[in-house]
Formats: sequence, C-alpha cells, structure tokens
Amino acid sequence: MSLQTQDYTARSATNKLTPPPKAREHVDEVAKLIDVSICIGCKACQVACSEWNDLREEVGVNVGKIDNPLNLSENTWTVMRYNEIEENGKLQWLIRKDGCMHCADPGCLKACPSPGAVVKHANGIVDFVSEHCIGCGYCVTGCPFNVPRISSKDKHAYKCTLCVDRVSVGQEPACVKTCPTGAIRFGTKEDMKHVAEGRVSELQSRGFQHAGLYDPKGVGGTHVMYVLHHADRPELYNGLPKNPTISPLIRFWKNIFKPLAAAGFAVTFIAALMHYLAIGPIDPEVEHGKEKSHG
Amino acid sequence: MADQAKLLNTDTMVQRHSYAARLGHWVTVLCFLAVTISGIGLFFPSWRILLSLVFGTPQMAQVLHPVFGIGMVLGLAVLFVKNVAHALPEKDDIQWFANVVEILKGREHEVVEVGQYNAGQKALFWKIMGLAAALLITGLIAWQPYFAPYLPVALVRLCVVLHSLAAFVLILGIFVHAYMAFWYKGTIRGMVHGTVTRKWAAIHHPKWLRKVEKS
Repeated sequence: MSLQTQDYTARSATNKLTPPPKAREHVDEVAKLIDVSICIGCKACQVACSEWNDLREEVGVNVGKIDNPLNLSENTWTVMRYNEIEENGKLQWLIRKDGCMHCADPGCLKACPSPGAVVKHANGIVDFVSEHCIGCGYCVTGCPFNVPRISSKDKHAYKCTLCVDRVSVGQEPACVKTCPTGAIRFGTKEDMKHVAEGRVSELQSRGFQHAGLYDPKGVGGTHVMYVLHHADRPELYNGLPKNPTISPLIRFWKNIFKPLAAAGFAVTFIAALMHYLAIGPIDPEVEHGKEKSHG
Repeated sequence: MADQAKLLNTDTMVQRHSYAARLGHWVTVLCFLAVTISGIGLFFPSWRILLSLVFGTPQMAQVLHPVFGIGMVLGLAVLFVKNVAHALPEKDDIQWFANVVEILKGREHEVVEVGQYNAGQKALFWKIMGLAAALLITGLIAWQPYFAPYLPVALVRLCVVLHSLAAFVLILGIFVHAYMAFWYKGTIRGMVHGTVTRKWAAIHHPKWLRKVEKS
C-alpha cells in the first residue's frame, strides 16, 4: 500500500496494545445527510456512484417495480429503495437511498478477523481495504444494516466507501455532487446536524409531526444520516432498523467468548502440565515392577 | 491376581487397530490440525500468522479451511462406522465415572475393569461426533461465497458464533484425548503400529484382552 493515510481511529482485528497509525486524528467528523423528503428517486446517485467508482452492474430486468438494481451487490454500492405505503386512504411513496451508514461503532470492523481489512478514518469514514480482505463474510454478520456484499467472483467484500478518495482530497462524494434536488448534502457532521434541524422543523410545520433525524445511537451515531418524515417509524423506509445495534451475538463472540476461550485454552494446557508432573506417566512396564515389589 | 501376573509376564503383542483404522485416524488428525490451526487464526486475529502457517496465505486459509473441515468430517464418519459398536454405553461405565478422580491419579486398573474402550473414551467419542456434526452444519451455512449469501444474515451470524463455540469445545476434547494417549505410555505406539503390548492391554483394557485371547 503506497498511499498512507495515518488517520485510522480503528483498524479491524487489532487491539489496544497494537493501535493503528492515528497521527492525523484531529480532523472533523464528516457526514452525508440524505433528506428523504426532497429525494425524487431519479437514481442519479446510483449512476454517479457506479461512474466514479468505475463499477459495472449487470443490466437488470423489469420485475414490475421501479427498483433497479434490486439490491446492493459487489458492483452496486448504493441503491434506491422504493416503498408504496397506503395509510388512511393516502398513498405515500417513500424513497430511500440505501448503502453503508458509516457507523461510529462499525459492526463490520468488530467482526472482521483480518488485520486492517476494515478501517475507520478519523473523519468517520469506514472503509474496506480490499487487499487485506480474505472473503470470510464476517463483516456481513457484524453489520446491523445488511450492507456488505461478498463478490462470488473475487471473494472480497464491497460496500460504499463514502468516496474516501474524493473526500480525502477535499471533494464531496460523487452521489452528493450529482444529486439534482439537493437531497444529499455533505459536510462536517455538526454542520449536517444543523442543516437537518432546519429541515425537520420545516417538515414538522408542514404537518409531519414525527419528522426527525436518523442518526441511531445504538451504533454510536452514523456518518450517513437521514431526514425522515416518519422518524418514529423508520421501518417504513424498506425496513430501516429503528434501533440498530451490533448484534449481542457478535458482542458476546468478540468481547466475552474470545478472552474466555483464550483463558480456557491456557488453563487446560497448564492443568495438563501440572497433572503430568504430579502423576507421571502410566507405563505398563514400570507399573508392573511396582506391583511386584508390593506383592 | 496370579492370573493377571501371568498375563503381565508375557510380552507378546496384541493387534488393536487395523491398518484401515489407523490410516483413517491419522488422516483425520491431519485434517483436524489444518482446520484447527487456521481456525484459531480466524478466531484470534492477532494470530493471523496461523492462517498462513498451514495454507500459505490468509486468503488460501479462507478457501481451504472449509475443504479440510469436510475432510475431517469424512474421516470421522469412517471412524464412526468402525467404532460406534464399541462406544455404546454399558453398566460398568457408571463405575468409571464414579471413580474418575482415582483414574486421574493413575489408578484406573485398580478401580475398574475396562473393555474395548473406557467410559471416558466413549463419552469423548459421542462428544466428538456431535460437535463434528454441529461444525459441519454451521460451517456449511457460513461458507462464503457458496451458501452464506443465499441465507438470512441472522442465521449465518448465529452459525458463525456457534461454529467457534463448537470448535472450542472440540479442540479441548481432542487435546484431552491426545494428552491421555501421551499419558498412558504405549497408546500412541498402538495407534501408529497397530499393536500394543499385552501388559498395556492388561492394565488399560483387561476385559478386551480376555475377549481377544478367547477368540
């Protein structure tokens, strides 16, 4: 790896005794703010994403709804989710741009067993360093948003990078750049929260009393945030989890079971050593001699 | 006692493990070592070197760990068929477990009369077979990129964690198995050469020895 960033605040499969290089950790946290209420579902962000990142998804087919591609994949790092919600005789068309949320407490990073395959930059961007990825898929199990995809072709994990290459040279992500309505904004997390506040109060004044910002605390907040008209029911937006957290199973596995297992192995080996030193070998030949002298 | 002494005085060898059984055992051992070393490397990421140790690179370990895991399960399947008849519980097994402290003090032959396998070996047999089945199922479900992408993430997540739990228990079980073989001198030789001394058999498996001598 020739380009050094030296601004990692977390690196997969390393511990506090072996910290990542973080000389440049003083930078401001960034965030992408997706205002669902302004999005018109044009998919320009999808196109910009595949164009900037040079991805080629297979050309899909019409399956009776506008979603296309139907899902995230190794070649589709962001996808528009369209939901028709009928309530009280009213139809709402809820559109959400889906992709990596860049959690402050990333489950993918926690689950990953390969040192440095998942990194978190000081600005909050969570990125996969593909050359260290071994394709085990643990990141998929760690993610509360079901985002990472393993390529069946090259056995590496892929997801949105928040255009880390653009952001690190002072540019906004490609999807932000291209959005024709301004539904996707980018800046420091503080600024984006401020922008969101204004949008939320405007939506509330227009009758969306449950409008709010989606920046879920369960994963320490995210660096991709949504302004939702129904923040009380994020599930309406294609199952956006209401209170996402890293699964307790993954926490148990990495925080509790791993050290317990290490202790278990150590205790077993030491017990065997102590046993052998105390009792000695059971050797039929020697045992016989002993018995004879007794008899 | 006199009868036993007579047995102990002879030094002829008794056939205990056939060539096929030994081959099956050691092929299984090799597969076990390969999956265990790479699996420990996956479980304790600071030991990434273990991923490379057996399979060359971490990526190769990701590719080959499941293959050798299946190899181990196939080996165990052969051992299951060959040994299951000897692993069925018997009345005497209760006595063995009741005297486990004495046995650990090295006085097994004084407190119980063991047949083909002692109760601890039988228990370990079922433990290994059960855990191997669990590892096979959870491992197949979590196998990237063949099965896992087509299954619910919650199921894959559960299986990844269960896989490590089962592996931990299995590794400890196998360690105890290997330690016992090391502790009871003459046992490893039996699994390599196929024959044990009559003294060994008379101490560790007297009922089995009588049966062998009768036939």
